[in-house]
Amino acid sequence: MSLLELSNLDVAYGDLPALSDVSLAVEAGETLSVVGANGSGKTTMLRTISGLLRPRRGEVRFEGERIDRLPCHRVVERGVVHVPEGRKVFPSLAVRENLELGSYPRAARAHRADSLERVFSLFPRLRERAGQAAGTLSGGEQQMLAIGRALMARPTLLMLDEPSLGLAPLIVTEIFRTIDAIHRAGVTVLLVEQNTRQALALSRRGYVLENGRVVLVGTGAELLGNEHVKRAYLGM
Amino acid sequence: MFSLDLLLQAVVSGVLLGGVYGLVASGLSLIFGVLRIINFAHGAVMMLAMYATYWLFALLHVDPYLSIVVTGPAFFLLGMLIQRVVIEPNRFAAEHNQLLLTLGLALFLENLALVLWQGDFRTVRPAYANASFTLGEALVEVPRLVACAGAVVMALALFGFLRLTDVGKAIRALAEEPEGAMLMGIDVGRIRAVAFGIGAGCVAVAGALVTPFFYVAPDVGESFNIMAFVVVVLGGMGNFVGALLGGFIVGLAESLGATALPGSLKQLVVFALFVLVLLFRPAGLFGGGRGR
Repeated sequence: MSLLELSNLDVAYGDLPALSDVSLAVEAGETLSVVGANGSGKTTMLRTISGLLRPRRGEVRFEGERIDRLPCHRVVERGVVHVPEGRKVFPSLAVRENLELGSYPRAARAHRADSLERVFSLFPRLRERAGQAAGTLSGGEQQMLAIGRALMARPTLLMLDEPSLGLAPLIVTEIFRTIDAIHRAGVTVLLVEQNTRQALALSRRGYVLENGRVVLVGTGAELLGNEHVKRAYLGM
Repeated sequence: MFSLDLLLQAVVSGVLLGGVYGLVASGLSLIFGVLRIINFAHGAVMMLAMYATYWLFALLHVDPYLSIVVTGPAFFLLGMLIQRVVIEPNRFAAEHNQLLLTLGLALFLENLALVLWQGDFRTVRPAYANASFTLGEALVEVPRLVACAGAVVMALALFGFLRLTDVGKAIRALAEEPEGAMLMGIDVGRIRAVAFGIGAGCVAVAGALVTPFFYVAPDVGESFNIMAFVVVVLGGMGNFVGALLGGFIVGLAESLGATALPGSLKQLVVFALFVLVLLFRPAGLFGGGRGR
C-alpha cells in the first residue's frame, strides 16, 4: 500500500477540466516531484489532496483511507500538510505566532515546544526574527516560515507547492537543501515545481503533468535524461 | 453659549459613552474581520440583551451588572447559533445578499421584541442609578463611569484573548489569510461561529452596562449600531484597537456636537467626521489593519 494514492482523479473548475484521469502514488519515505508548465494542474492536484477542492470523479486515499470528502482541517489532522503556493503566511502575526498556529491540531499542540525548537534549529533565521511580523520578512524568509509552520504540524506527508517561486538562485538552493534535510529526517515529501532540474535532481521519482494529465512517470534520473523533458522543460 | 464648564461636561459625557461605543464596535469589527460581512443585526442583538437585563432585574431583581455573568455567555451561544443557522448556510452568497440577510434579521428581532414586549420605553433603575460626583465643574454619573470602565475592561480582555490564546490567534489568522488558516488544520467553520459568538457576547455586555442609565425599547439598538458602524470605519475595518480608540472619538464628537449645535443636529458632527474619513482616509484613521 502506498502512503498516498490518487486514482482516476477528475477535477474541474466549472466546465473547465483541470485534472483528467490522474493516478499517482507516493510511497512512504520518498521524495516525489510533480513537474509541468504553468496551468498543467499541479496546484489543482495539491489543493484536491488537502481538501480545498473536491474531485468530480476518482479517489484520494491516505494510509489506505479515503480523504477526498474530508474537510481541510481533518486532512491536516491525519498528517497531510500543504505549503501553498504564495506561502499564505499570516502577515500581521509574529513569526512565532505563525509557527504556533502550525501546531493548532490537538495532537501537534502537545509537542509544540519540541517542534518549535526543531524548526528553529532548521531555520536559525526564524529564531532571530521570532517576534517580528511575518509580513516584514523577505520572500525567502517567508518561504522558510511557511515550511517551518507546516513542520509544526508534524506531518507524515509534506506537500510543497512551488517553494522556489520568485526567489533568488542562492535562496532556492538553500530551500532545496532544507527540503532534502526534512526528507532525511523521515518526512515523505511531495514537491510540485516548475524548477524542473533541481526538483528532479532531489527526488527519487517524478511525474510530468501536461494539460491536467500524467504524461510521464519515472525515476528522477530517468526523467532528467528523457528527450521530451529535456526539450520541453530543461531548454536543451 | 460655549462656556468652559459646558465643554468639560461634554468631554466627560463623550468619553464615558465612547467606551461603550468602542466595545460595541469591537464586536462588529471582529465579525467583519472574520466573516467579511457588516452585521446589521448587531444592534438588535444588543437590544435583546438589554431586554434580558431588564427582565432579570424586573422579575428576579438581578443587578444589571451581575446579570452579565448570565447574559454574556448566553449571548455568546446565541451568536454562535445565529451564525450556524442563518449566516453560515449563505456564506457563498453575494456580499450584498449577506448584508440584506443581517438587515432582515435585525428587522425580525426588532419586530419580535415589539410583539412580545410592546414599544413602551422601559427603564432599569437600581439604587445607584442616580449616584454621581463632580469632577471639577463636570458632573460624573457613576453608572456611566462603570459602563465605560466595564466596556474598556471587556475590550482589553478581548484583545488579550486574541493575542494570547490559540483560538484568538486562529481568529486573527482566519481574518488575514483564510486559506492559510484552513491549511493549518484550523476548523474555520467553528472559528467563524466563535467569532460571531464573541461579537454577540461583546454587544450583550455593552447592553447590560448601559441599561442602568438608558431606556430599553425595541429600536434602542439602532442608534448604537449606526454609531458602531461609524466607529469601525473610523478605526479601520477589522482593526480591533482602532475600534476602541474610534469609540472614544465618536463619543466625543457626538457629545461636543450636542453641546454646540441645536438638538436635532447633534449627530451632524459624527457624520461629517464619517464622511471626511471616508473621503480622505478610507482605510481608517489608524490604517486598514486586517485582523490586528
